[in-house]
Amino acid sequence: MIRPITLPLTVLAVAGLIAMVMSVGIGSVAIAPADVLLVFLGEGSNLHRTLILELRLPRTLSAFATGGLLAVAGALMQVLLRNPLADPYVLGLSGGAAVGALLAMLAGLGGAVISGSAFAGAMLATLMVFGLAHGTGSWTPSRLLLTGVVVAAGWGAVITLMLAISPARELPGMLYWLMGDVSYARAPWPGLGVLVLVCALVVPLGRSLNVLARGPMQAAALGISVRPLEWLIYILASLLTATAVTMAGSIGFVGLVVPHMLRLVLGNDQRLILPACALAGGTLLVLADTLARVVIAPEQLPVGVITALLGVPTFLYLLYRSR
Amino acid sequence: MSGNQRPPMQTLSTRELVIDIPGRADGYPLDLAIKSGQVWGVLGPNGAGKTTLLHTLAGLRSPRAGALFLNDVPTAKLKRRALSQQLGLVFQDRQDGFPATVLETALIGRHPWLAPWQMEGADDLAMAERSLEALDVLHLKNRLVSTLSGGERQRVAIATLMTQSPHTWLLDEPTNHLDLHHQVAVMKLLTDRAAAGNAIFMCLHDLNLAARWCDHILLMYPNGETCWGPAERMLVPNALERLYNQQLATVEVDGAPFFVPKRD
Repeated sequence: MIRPITLPLTVLAVAGLIAMVMSVGIGSVAIAPADVLLVFLGEGSNLHRTLILELRLPRTLSAFATGGLLAVAGALMQVLLRNPLADPYVLGLSGGAAVGALLAMLAGLGGAVISGSAFAGAMLATLMVFGLAHGTGSWTPSRLLLTGVVVAAGWGAVITLMLAISPARELPGMLYWLMGDVSYARAPWPGLGVLVLVCALVVPLGRSLNVLARGPMQAAALGISVRPLEWLIYILASLLTATAVTMAGSIGFVGLVVPHMLRLVLGNDQRLILPACALAGGTLLVLADTLARVVIAPEQLPVGVITALLGVPTFLYLLYRSR
Repeated sequence: MSGNQRPPMQTLSTRELVIDIPGRADGYPLDLAIKSGQVWGVLGPNGAGKTTLLHTLAGLRSPRAGALFLNDVPTAKLKRRALSQQLGLVFQDRQDGFPATVLETALIGRHPWLAPWQMEGADDLAMAERSLEALDVLHLKNRLVSTLSGGERQRVAIATLMTQSPHTWLLDEPTNHLDLHHQVAVMKLLTDRAAAGNAIFMCLHDLNLAARWCDHILLMYPNGETCWGPAERMLVPNALERLYNQQLATVEVDGAPFFVPKRD
């Protein structure tokens, strides 16, 4: 909380921009970075403009928004539960969303209905976990975490059941959705909007979150109204996760790995970590999605596979190296 | 209000206060007045409710009955932030979920004094460093708290309260884990703060530290009975033997009574 904030954020923002320029340049028709910048400035050839502005940029921006949403949600959940293992996915939010989305697919419904159903599923899972963990009044982080883990296992069973009884032609689409896929995400603006809005809301709360990370009693003794703050964080993290899942299915590891990597490098001042998570999470998912498009081109991989394959070893290495 | 200025007179008082101890049927009401310049010691056996009393005084727990007043204003009427500018507490046990350095830990004491969007400034940093120096832990300022010894952590916790600089200091066994020299240094620091106008109210397990440094004593018996008053009236062998259910021998050292437990 005494480190400079502007420098790391600038570095991350520049890295994010470079990743985006690269991402929209790579594909069946390669476009040089200089030409990409020309298009961004409103120039460039018609072919390039169509390719970038209508086809590639929406997907890249969607990937950025999804990664940012997941990373900030993870960072918030970790402070809320004072547990570095907390992550929206561990708490069963994505399971609820997946069940919602798969139900819509089973019913043969498409597009917007799947998104709406996924959002409803995520919010239902949120309320269920919070309601059950609340129980008769004692609300402890370990109880919330345990409730989430058990509820997530329940969702997992329901998902397996649905996959088992689904007609074979629906299976590939369902599996791609379950592993996370941004190729159908065509409207990045709602996600980016939610990301910016929530960041603008939580960064002023950053110092309160720093104090809350020291435990609820200490926080209360330093003048924080603990319970309302905890509710606010939980609701915001759920909203972020539901938005991300709705955009791109369930993409694991971003919410767990990104905040951790940043904490190891930047310390644990939430005023820095939360916006840094938005930038780094977005950048990571843009890079992962670019890889997913090119590794076995013209076929595409689900981006969730890439984030897991990249995230797990990186995370283990950093953890092994840390003090 | 900075740590160096003389704080205005203030009294934290309780009226018919009964603390809420689960399983204790009847409570004895407390009518305390903790005033500027006083050093209070709370003595009692394990489970008598010392920690519960401190948490109740700090507004972290609701009492079973009665009310708390800060200069005759009910503390229930004060905002939590305003209260934490007047009242601070050093907890007996601490949890560290995420790694933090000693300096960062002390700096969170400034939280009640800063607006939500405000960053800690040079003043806040200087205050935190002064407090760390007063507790002899400034040389550890860049170390992670999780790597410190128990006594060093205890001193960092007191430095955090000093950085918070409330008027009334509540401390739960502040000499826990401290070596002899630092026990004396901490007691001296606390009595100096009282001489400068703060009020000090602490739970202690060491009778002799209480006898040496406290001017007011509150005795808490296991059945909920309490009595309080000036130290010389409270620290009498009969009352203390009943308090701890332990025979004591008394000698006098440096003009203060010194209590030694008898072997049987």
